[in-house]
Amino acid sequence: MDLYTDKKTIAALLAKIAALAGRAASPFRIMEVCGTHTMTVHRYGLKALLRRAGIEMISGPGCPVCITPNEFHEAAIRFVTEKENLILATFGDMTRVPTRTGALQAAVPARGSAVRIVYSPEESISLARKEPGKEVVFFGTGFETTIPSIALMARKALEAGLENYSVLAALWIIPPPLRAVLESGEVRLSGFLYPGHVSAIIGTSPYEFVAREFGFPGAVAGFEPADILLGIVSILEQIRDEKPAVANAYARVVRPEGNPAARKIMDETLDLYDAHWRGLGLIPQSGLRLKPEYAGVDAVRKHGLDLRGEAVDLPGCRCGEILRGVIAPPDCRLFGKACSPDAPRGPCMVSFEGACFVHFKYRDVHG
Amino acid sequence: MDKVSLELGGGGRTMRDFIARTIVPAFENPRLRELLDASHLPGKIAFTTDSYVVDPIFFPGGDIGTLAVNGTANDLVVAGAVPRFISLALILEEGLPWADLLRILRSVRNASKRAGVEVVTGDTKVVRRGQGDKIYINTSGIGRVIARPRARAARPGDRIIVTGTLGEHSLAILLARGDFGLEAKVRSDCAALTFLLPLWKNGAFWMRDITRGGLATVLSELAGSLSFPLVIEEESIPLSKAARAAAGLLGIDPLYLACEGRAVLAVKEPSAGRVLAVLKKHPLGRRAAVIGRVDRTIGRPGELILRTKAGGLRLLEPLTSELLPRIC
Repeated sequence: MDLYTDKKTIAALLAKIAALAGRAASPFRIMEVCGTHTMTVHRYGLKALLRRAGIEMISGPGCPVCITPNEFHEAAIRFVTEKENLILATFGDMTRVPTRTGALQAAVPARGSAVRIVYSPEESISLARKEPGKEVVFFGTGFETTIPSIALMARKALEAGLENYSVLAALWIIPPPLRAVLESGEVRLSGFLYPGHVSAIIGTSPYEFVAREFGFPGAVAGFEPADILLGIVSILEQIRDEKPAVANAYARVVRPEGNPAARKIMDETLDLYDAHWRGLGLIPQSGLRLKPEYAGVDAVRKHGLDLRGEAVDLPGCRCGEILRGVIAPPDCRLFGKACSPDAPRGPCMVSFEGACFVHFKYRDVHG
Repeated sequence: MDKVSLELGGGGRTMRDFIARTIVPAFENPRLRELLDASHLPGKIAFTTDSYVVDPIFFPGGDIGTLAVNGTANDLVVAGAVPRFISLALILEEGLPWADLLRILRSVRNASKRAGVEVVTGDTKVVRRGQGDKIYINTSGIGRVIARPRARAARPGDRIIVTGTLGEHSLAILLARGDFGLEAKVRSDCAALTFLLPLWKNGAFWMRDITRGGLATVLSELAGSLSFPLVIEEESIPLSKAARAAAGLLGIDPLYLACEGRAVLAVKEPSAGRVLAVLKKHPLGRRAAVIGRVDRTIGRPGELILRTKAGGLRLLEPLTSELLPRIC
């Protein structure tokens, strides 16, 4: 992988980017849709190098923990505090998202109940097998990258007749919020850097509407520094040639057709619905939930969970605007002061891929 | 906060704040306020103490016994003292296999011999099953002072040297716990750093063992006490193949991983080459490297700056909230 982090390669790509971007009066603004891209850009100090080359990077909505609205988190907290003998299994950062009623990790569970951190969806199934006397609810969130493995758990549990297992699914797909960002017109952007892992599942065609309907450039990019710069080069070439497209700058992993086997599992187990995203509001056909035949392993149907509550962000938290790319984390008054990884006021400071966490952990050098 | 959380002992900022705001004011002692790894006392004596709660108690490359000797000896070495005497206090859980206890005592004996310290006093307590976890050890150590660490002596051009590869101890523990279901051959770097002692007279003016919080946290503390920024070169930082692979797979940043047999030194510019040569001759220092310098051309005073492999610059923060409890 060293080829993709090598200083000389990076310098050459940056020179190419500077040459392509050089003549513009103001910097090109490229949205990295995915939180993992945000990480690489900051982890390697690319942000300042790109700015010097005429590119401003804008973080987008690609962090599942961040865009999961507080309705879900508050429902999970109510669930584990009110229902006895329930194990709520979830990823570590989901337990730290602050809500009006505190974070899941600080909730006092009902008798016999507990919150358990798992590292993979599979672990939640083993938990259910180990604790037959308790109901295990897997609170899973993710984009197309993780959705197939979460869907697979629901199917496994149903097929195995595992009666004490269900899934609270906070599942989101990436293309619809891109439309929402473009349609709102509230952020000036020059191109999208599409997420490599998501694209490995869905392929490149789901983004084609961006080029076709909006005449807007974009490129699928991987997660090493050179991958990201190659994606940016492609976007700038599309701008120069006035030929917006969906370029694939991550061909060593992403095939144009994606991963049909993974998509088949999704299609067979999940239905699209109009979902509410933090910061972006209601987006048509942007969320996935289990099909009616999976009601027995769907925590919402099985336990009559109410997700329609009017949950709000904590006062002062601007995660919503950050997820839309309207402001950058340091523009928020709470950033680094009242809000830090030790005491987060919103999910963008909790998730390892959240824009605020990444900005806080990998700060730019002045001057 | 109305109850103690794991974060308090994590080696990160929460722990530093706890020590500075709660412990230090409770005792009002100027010697304590210095917060060195060991206190310098009248009569050229250095004194330190440390408790060991590592889980599992046996791991590739060592066990809780080797750790208890080396950790305390190393705190003396980096405070500028030759380790001489240690105490050994055992807190045992009812039911600990006798063979495990004997094996740990053998490790203590062998490690003391290698570190050149004598076990001269001790204590044994047993707690009921479930009230402790197998065995906890406390050791205190006394050493003879040969130098006083002087972070303030740093001037632009002075070099930062690490004595070896980073993070093997943390990774060995994490992998031994099986949390990740990964099999990899990583041995803890647990060892006594007494071979660094001669360097106190040969250009080194500051040392720290790289324990909880990792290199980034240790160097942040150094940077914070300087009137200049520190600049570290990512591509110069030595990492073992196993650590590189495991860190890549687990997404862990080796700059924040704990070692138990590595140190970072600040060295006067003219001595850097000689110090590096001395280190490389020792089996524990073969992978030693100059990784950075005290700078004046970029950044602001007190900042710790990383020049990444890709050539970009960013600030390195001390460890905040990532938790790896019971690593030592």
